Parts: sequence; C-alpha cells; structure tokens
Amino acid sequence: MSSPPATARQLGLLSCHDCHLLATAPTSAAHDHLVCPRCGAPLHERKPNSLARTWALVVAATILYIPANVLPMTITSTLGTVQVDTIMSGVIYFIHSGSWAIASVIFIASIFVPLAKLLILVTLLLTVQFRSHWHPKDRTALYRLTEVVGRWSMLDVYVVTILVALVKLGAVATIEAGPAAVYFATVVVITMIAAESFDPRLIWDALEEDA
Amino acid sequence: MHVVACHDCDLLNQFPDKAAATLLCARCGAVLYRHRPDSIDRSLALTLGALILFIVALSFPFLAMKSGGFVQETRLLTGIRELWRQQLYGLATLVLLTCVLVPLGQIAGLLYLLAPLKWDLPAPHAIRVFRLLRHVAPWGMLEIFMLGILVALVKLGKMATIVPGISVFAFGLLVLVMAAAISALDPPLLWDRLDRRR
Ligand SMILES: [Zn+2]
Repeated sequence: MSSPPATARQLGLLSCHDCHLLATAPTSAAHDHLVCPRCGAPLHERKPNSLARTWALVVAATILYIPANVLPMTITSTLGTVQVDTIMSGVIYFIHSGSWAIASVIFIASIFVPLAKLLILVTLLLTVQFRSHWHPKDRTALYRLTEVVGRWSMLDVYVVTILVALVKLGAVATIEAGPAAVYFATVVVITMIAAESFDPRLIWDALEEDA
Repeated sequence: MHVVACHDCDLLNQFPDKAAATLLCARCGAVLYRHRPDSIDRSLALTLGALILFIVALSFPFLAMKSGGFVQETRLLTGIRELWRQQLYGLATLVLLTCVLVPLGQIAGLLYLLAPLKWDLPAPHAIRVFRLLRHVAPWGMLEIFMLGILVALVKLGKMATIVPGISVFAFGLLVLVMAAAISALDPPLLWDRLDRRR
C-alpha cells in the first residue's frame, strides 16, 4: 500500500460517506442500492449527480442574492418616522458611528462570505468540468473553507431576530424584519446545501484519469 | 492493517497502529483522524452540562431594553415568536430549527448514544441516530447566534440601555460546552462500537 499511492476507486473500493468504512464494490454495474455494511448509509463511488445538483443550487442562490441585497432587511419606525435598511446600509451605519469592528464583521459575514462562496463554487465546478489539473490541493482547501465558513452568513438573520424582539417600545420605536431577511436566509441555506452536494474527489479524478 | 480513504480526495491512507495524535491525508491535507482521550466519558459529561445550560437559557430572562419610561423584556424565544407574528413563518422556523431544535436534538441524540455505551445498555438504532447527528451538525448554529447577540448589543447600545439576563450568560457558556462536547467525540471509535454487524 506504500507505493504508488492508490485511491479507493482505483482498487474498486467504496468509501462510506457517513462512517468512512471501505467496502468492496461489486463487479456488476448495479451500484444503485448498495448500503454500508457497518452503518447502513447508501454507498456511492462519488456523490450522485454532484455537478448538476451543485450548478442548479449555485444558480438559484446567485439569483436570490440580488433581492437579498436590494430589498430592506429591517424596517425601523421611530416616533412616526420610518427608516428602511438594507444589509449594506446597516454596514454603512456602523462605519459612520465608528464601530469599525462590527461593521467589518457584518460586511464579511453578510456580503463578502456569500459572494466568495458562490465564486469559489463556480470556480470549482468549472475547473472540474474542464478537467483542469490546476492546483488540486489548493482547490480542495478552498472547498473545505467554503464548508466551514458558509454558515456564518446567518449572522444578520439572527441580529434581526434579536432586534425585532427587543425594539418594541410602545409607540416610541419598533423594528420589523424586511423581505430581504427571507431571501438572505434562503441564500445561506441553498449555498450550504450546494457545498454539501459538491464532491471534492472529482477535482482529483481528472488528474488520475488523464495520467 | 487499517486503511481509510480520504473523504476529500479518495487517496487511501494507512492508519498507524499506535494511536497517533492526528492523521492528515498524505495528498490533500484533510484531517482524517484526531485522537480523543476518554472520549465517551468526556463528551457524556459535557453533553449533560450543555443540557442544563440550555434549560437555564430557555427559562430565564434573556435581554431587556430600557429607554425613557419603557422596559421591554425578552426571552430566548421572543424573537422567533415575533417573526412568526410578523408572518415570516419560514424565517421563524429556520431560526427555531438552527438555534433551538437542532442543538436540543444533538444533545438528546448524544445522550442516547453515549449513555448506553458507557453503561453497556441496549440502544436500538443507535447507529442511525449517529448518522443523523453527523448530517444535522452544520445546521446547529448556536455560536453564530451568540455573535448575533453581541452585534445587536452594540447596535442598540447607542439608543438605549440593554440589560443582559442570566439566559445570555448561560447561552454563552452553552456555546463553549456544546463545542467541547462535539469535539470530544471520537467518531471512528463510535462507528466501531455501534457497528450493526455486531
Ligand atoms: Zn485527501
């Protein structure tokens, strides 16, 4: 097993997604209903329809990202005046009030991370589709990064949840969640599922098959 | 000899016979294994701690806001109820799932897995429960909600006095204890002990 290093697929083995047991794949093409002998999870050589599913989810998230940023995230009523805030105007508010740390936290979590995540997923999808040999290790690391970081975009949704609970001071001030909150939460959920449905082993398959 | 395929690049890696601290994939650097001493005892204790902290966080006052003559007191679930009242049913459900139901389910699931292993009791479908736990893990977002609390405090701190209740402190501790409980788990050990072929 020491040299040359082999992959599970080259040796006809299936690695269970859930418990990582290595199982021998049957020689017939009937892989459809195999389950892991140890944990009972369905066994696949690669995640099924990984590219098509991930593409569909990335496109959907990109479309929803627009209303999430354009529409109001919160609607604040203070003594008769109504103020409408988008994600970006929330960031600008913190910059003006001098809270740079909070401004950058919200900017990173709500604007930078979702965009970067979509760009990374598109890059991964394209390079896999064109069977690129470009920096496979770095692309795998990028994939792991999107998996870890993507969830943090929920931050603004939680801030809104806390604000609507707290700011109900009779007639003085109230805050309501705007439609962007719904779009934004949907973007986060969809990109999380997209990252989950992408199979990073596809990055390495192209290298082996062309070798 | 024990061999495992990398979940990120499919390379076969050999497990060292002695318990190494950490095993990284030789090709892509993915973490394949991390040694966790006393895994079952530790994560069982931490999970029990998390359960108590969660009950405290749910039962005591969360945040209160004072401005002029008004005082608005909230509980942990007030925001979710308010979103529901504003007819944002999907959003309310999502926040309820990611900040309450999934973490509570994780705690219940871990107790169901670990207590029978510790005391050698039968636990039907335990391996299914563990599989489910692994799948829902990214959807438990306590730590992100905690950051949301801090951001909201800064945001409102300028226009009103915010008084944090016991629930906020319990919640902060819960985030730490929950993370420790999950990272104390030793998945290969659990898969092995729960093996449905046994
Ligand atoms: Zn690897």
